[in-house]
Amino acid sequence: MSFPWAEQYTPKHPFMKYMDERLPLPRLVYNSVGAGYPTPRNLNFFWNFGSLAGLALVIQIITGIVLAMHYAANTDIAFASVEYIMRDVNSGWLLRYLHANGASFFFLVLYIHMFRGLYYSSYKPPREVVWLLGLVIFLLAMATAFMGYVLPWGQMSFWGAQVITGLFSAIPLIGEALHTWLLGGFSPDNATLNRFFSLHYLLPFVIAGVIILHIWALHLPGSSNPTGIDVKGPQDTVPFHPYYTAKDGFGVGVFLILLAIMVFFLPNYLGHADNYIEANRLSTPANIVPEWYFWPFYAILRAFTVDFILPAKLWGVIAMFGSIILLFFLPWLDKSPVRSGNYRPQFKIWFWVLVVDVVVLGYCGGSHAEQPYLMISQLATMYYFAHFLIILPIISRTERPRPLPNSITEAVLGKDDSVTGGAAQPAPAE
Amino acid sequence: MATVEETHPPEGEAQTHDGVRRRDFINIAAVSFAGVGGAIAVLPLLNQMNPAADVLALSSIEVDLSSIERGQAIKTIWRKQPLFVRNLTNEEIAEANAVDISSLRDPQTLAERTAEGHENWLITLAVCTHLGCIPLGAAQGENKGPFGGYFCPCHGSAYDTAARVRSGPAPGNLLVPEYEFTSDTTVTIG
Repeated sequence: MSFPWAEQYTPKHPFMKYMDERLPLPRLVYNSVGAGYPTPRNLNFFWNFGSLAGLALVIQIITGIVLAMHYAANTDIAFASVEYIMRDVNSGWLLRYLHANGASFFFLVLYIHMFRGLYYSSYKPPREVVWLLGLVIFLLAMATAFMGYVLPWGQMSFWGAQVITGLFSAIPLIGEALHTWLLGGFSPDNATLNRFFSLHYLLPFVIAGVIILHIWALHLPGSSNPTGIDVKGPQDTVPFHPYYTAKDGFGVGVFLILLAIMVFFLPNYLGHADNYIEANRLSTPANIVPEWYFWPFYAILRAFTVDFILPAKLWGVIAMFGSIILLFFLPWLDKSPVRSGNYRPQFKIWFWVLVVDVVVLGYCGGSHAEQPYLMISQLATMYYFAHFLIILPIISRTERPRPLPNSITEAVLGKDDSVTGGAAQPAPAE
Repeated sequence: MATVEETHPPEGEAQTHDGVRRRDFINIAAVSFAGVGGAIAVLPLLNQMNPAADVLALSSIEVDLSSIERGQAIKTIWRKQPLFVRNLTNEEIAEANAVDISSLRDPQTLAERTAEGHENWLITLAVCTHLGCIPLGAAQGENKGPFGGYFCPCHGSAYDTAARVRSGPAPGNLLVPEYEFTSDTTVTIG
């Protein structure tokens, strides 16, 4: 599962030898995140975000389990129980703010992790399955975050549940029945809240399971790297530990500082004041928007305002889900044999246009559903699909990539200035 | 800057140097810092399981004694636990004082278990010190056991008129909570 020159696990202590023959867990750790996993020597800081996403999930699971000890999933007292956590439970405010802001940070690192994958084409062979599993994790995370947001049973919780489950009613023929089945009623109510709580507790563990598959699939070919060229020999790699454990550790420090700043100084900055009003099924808040990490998709959903063969409502739902489903086909849409965007001059330009496009979509998704945001959303949605379905397939055939270095080591030692972070590691003299 | 080592052996196998390298110091400092930080982060995760503010807010109660006649007892609730408040008769007081203290499993006098000047008021938790059942003997007609106090139906512990354990498996007397008489007929418990 690794390069032939990987360090071998050789337990010295008699107990460790005993364990190795019976439950080789230390060996697994050693070969996965220890010295036994040779990693390209030139990884930059964008390669920190996988481990950060893992950390964010762990924070969510730990704080979530603790919050579940005090939360009550019942429409009569759910809102009060959240306030009870904030006021009465020891450190409850800290745990809840960590959980709420932790969700935002989870998506932040997830998005950076995904854009890293897009820029360096980490989805290309032999890592297609790594990419596909990552998208499964992304979808599961979105479902989990949505259901978690419903639990406080505030105004945004209720109307978010109403709107998002309403998406399913757009499906022809079975839509209405499916909608009722999802809610366990005709609008969000106690049955909805209870099933959302149950699934919100379950799905993070499903995510953890898929992460194991994601890492397993990754460790067969090994990590990609900023040059996108394959590891050719021992000189191209360094052991994961201590090189990347130290580097990931640094990233963890930065991550925790930023999370602490949000939790202690701006705990509600990313939330909506409306969600501190208890759910009222007779009054919709003036501006109903999801959490920021759903804004780009929300903008795509709202971009369809005219019936065209199919109802506009159905188009919006198709486009929103399609914008993610599309990513599953990415390994086969981008046929360029060159992985790294560093060596693809045209791709690089369009990549940054896509980044701006998604940010614009996000801004529109967070704004009121009125002009000019609708028009901008429509144009940005068009670009989003055109990028993957038209531009990427075309430039992958037409562009002339810049010459690739002969090896990772040549890229590192030949021009040190053009690479950042991890590439500055001292070269192991051979 | 640290220079390249000749070989890079696995962690923990580094050959001994004469002096401590800067990198060793940084390594130990960084890992210790993270360790201490991690340990501190566990504290709120443990502390959240302690009684919350609403629970602590109910931890002291006032009981009105004016309607409890001599020889009667009431059951009330303190910290979500049952509590006996008993107005002892003179015979019961005499009976409790007649017991040889040294013969008791948990030696205490009645005076030690009541407030000065209010020796007829026996206030105890109604929680058997064996395994937590509620002993009988407070309500009219209940089995007071062989010693005229309380009798636990679960495993047969018997308490006397000062609620001291006299027989059965219970290790100690029924617990006397902290309390204070705020007037002749009201007592603040907790």
